[in-house]
Amino acid sequence: MTTTTARIGIDRSHDLGSPVDDQAGFVAALLDPDQACPSDLRSWNGSDPTPRFAVHRNNIIVSLVDALAGQFPVTLELVGPEFFRAMAQAFIQQQPPRTRIVAFLGAPLPDFIAAFPPAAALPYLADLARLEMRRIESCHAADADVLTAENIGLAMADPQQLVNMRIALHPSVHLLSSQFAIFSLWAAHQGVHDISTVDPLLPEQVLLFRDGLDVHVLQISVCTGCFLAGLQAGATLAQPADAAANADAQDDFDLAGSMALLLRHPLVSQMEPLP
Amino acid sequence: MRGTGTRPPAGGTQPHASGDALRLPTRCGIGLKASHMRQVLEERPDAGFFEVHAENFMVPGGPLHHWLGQVREHYALSLHGVALSIGADSELDQEHLGRLAALIERYQPQSFSEHLAWSTHGGVYLNDLLPLPYNARTLQRVCDHVDQVQARLGRRMLLENPATYMAFAASTMDEAAFIRRVVERTGCGLLLDVNNVFVSCTNQGADALAMLQDLPLGAVGEIHLAGFARQQDAAGAPLLIDNHGAPVAPAVWDLYRFALSLVGPTATLLERDNDVPPLVVLLAEARQADRLLQDAGAARSAPDRPATPQGVAA
Repeated sequence: MTTTTARIGIDRSHDLGSPVDDQAGFVAALLDPDQACPSDLRSWNGSDPTPRFAVHRNNIIVSLVDALAGQFPVTLELVGPEFFRAMAQAFIQQQPPRTRIVAFLGAPLPDFIAAFPPAAALPYLADLARLEMRRIESCHAADADVLTAENIGLAMADPQQLVNMRIALHPSVHLLSSQFAIFSLWAAHQGVHDISTVDPLLPEQVLLFRDGLDVHVLQISVCTGCFLAGLQAGATLAQPADAAANADAQDDFDLAGSMALLLRHPLVSQMEPLP
Repeated sequence: MRGTGTRPPAGGTQPHASGDALRLPTRCGIGLKASHMRQVLEERPDAGFFEVHAENFMVPGGPLHHWLGQVREHYALSLHGVALSIGADSELDQEHLGRLAALIERYQPQSFSEHLAWSTHGGVYLNDLLPLPYNARTLQRVCDHVDQVQARLGRRMLLENPATYMAFAASTMDEAAFIRRVVERTGCGLLLDVNNVFVSCTNQGADALAMLQDLPLGAVGEIHLAGFARQQDAAGAPLLIDNHGAPVAPAVWDLYRFALSLVGPTATLLERDNDVPPLVVLLAEARQADRLLQDAGAARSAPDRPATPQGVAA
């Protein structure tokens, strides 16, 4: 029953002897504050139902904007609460949530920010929001075993097999490559260093993963990012190492360093040689 | 025939159905917020049970599941859905129902409840509990949906009476009559939200005591208590907002006492979702409900004390 002709006074449901309701019209009016409230609303005292309907309009916007404000704290700090809330409200009105899981509500927000004209003066804002969304995804990613450094060491003992080794990264591992200094900006808001020392126009690569119950965010080199992305895509150890070595002319690929990263943090959930 | 038809649908599988696997303790529980999880696990406070919003745990893994698993080892659990959209004029989302079934399988909660409301339309999720008119058509729809939920989950669900702010020209029956019929036809239970009764009756110019007595009290499986905010409608009449952002109001405590005198001691939940105070404050408020539950139990065993409402402000 999504017909918009089903208005009060037109009873189209003689089969059941009661008028229809019109949830499509209700929703359209909820999301557009300029629309009048649906005509079949009533108040017990005959008062204008508009303020009553506004309770739901307000619930929707405030609850969703509050949720986004909690999920994107650094994005909010960079633009200030007033700007952020206005932007979040525009996002919700233009792209109402397609998920019932509020934790993932903000997944389309970074793309929205990238195309949001009032935010154009802060070109790094979309990628920074992307980093914050990846943190949420990493936090809630599926649980999986992680190999200890000892297990990895044993698996690597045979150099013949090593080149054909396929390494599965933990589901919480996320990589993010940006033209902007999103790690440094994010870290400044964690109190790691003074934001005035950050040049936002320098490219940075970020690695996110869960260690125990906490999400860790690390800055990595272009080559290491390329190497880990290759592993994530299912390549054997040799292939991404080659690709990484050619990834950045200014940045020599440090295979030993990248392998040390795999040993130091709980990034690897499986290692097995190709048959 | 009020208060009948309260059996779960046949054919359900209950791996841990022994003892009180499907019954919350007759105590006051607390809505568990993520911000209190660590403290609850470290201090193991004396709470009757914990209730969580199902959708907050519809994520693949990580700390929330880790914590909830530990909470479940030590406490009874009520799983409370907020986004199933039982009142929507479209099919139930089978994927969402599947996620609910998976959570129930994993955590074996003593109770599962949802709302008499809708929150989705055409794939859009509105994150609010929206009202529906009460008539033969919506009754059929809600009963069909409750039947599907109970069949899919293999257990009886509790349906919560909503907080409402307006009425519909398309309604042909009042809310209590509507809920009575849903309970009769589907065998679901009632999650009696006493705050919602008070809020709705204030907002609809109705008598909370009369409405309470009109609900299918024989089917009550859990009671909710919460606080509200005060606004005014266009004519300056009180318009109460069910915001779960304040302590339980004195008038709602009175209505709760009256409800207990009719229903008897029943598992009760203290809800707080906004302006969440320290855990110790919620525990103290829950102890207030625990005392009333004890009083209600004592009154039940005392001879012939009539249930009379006292000091319930409408």
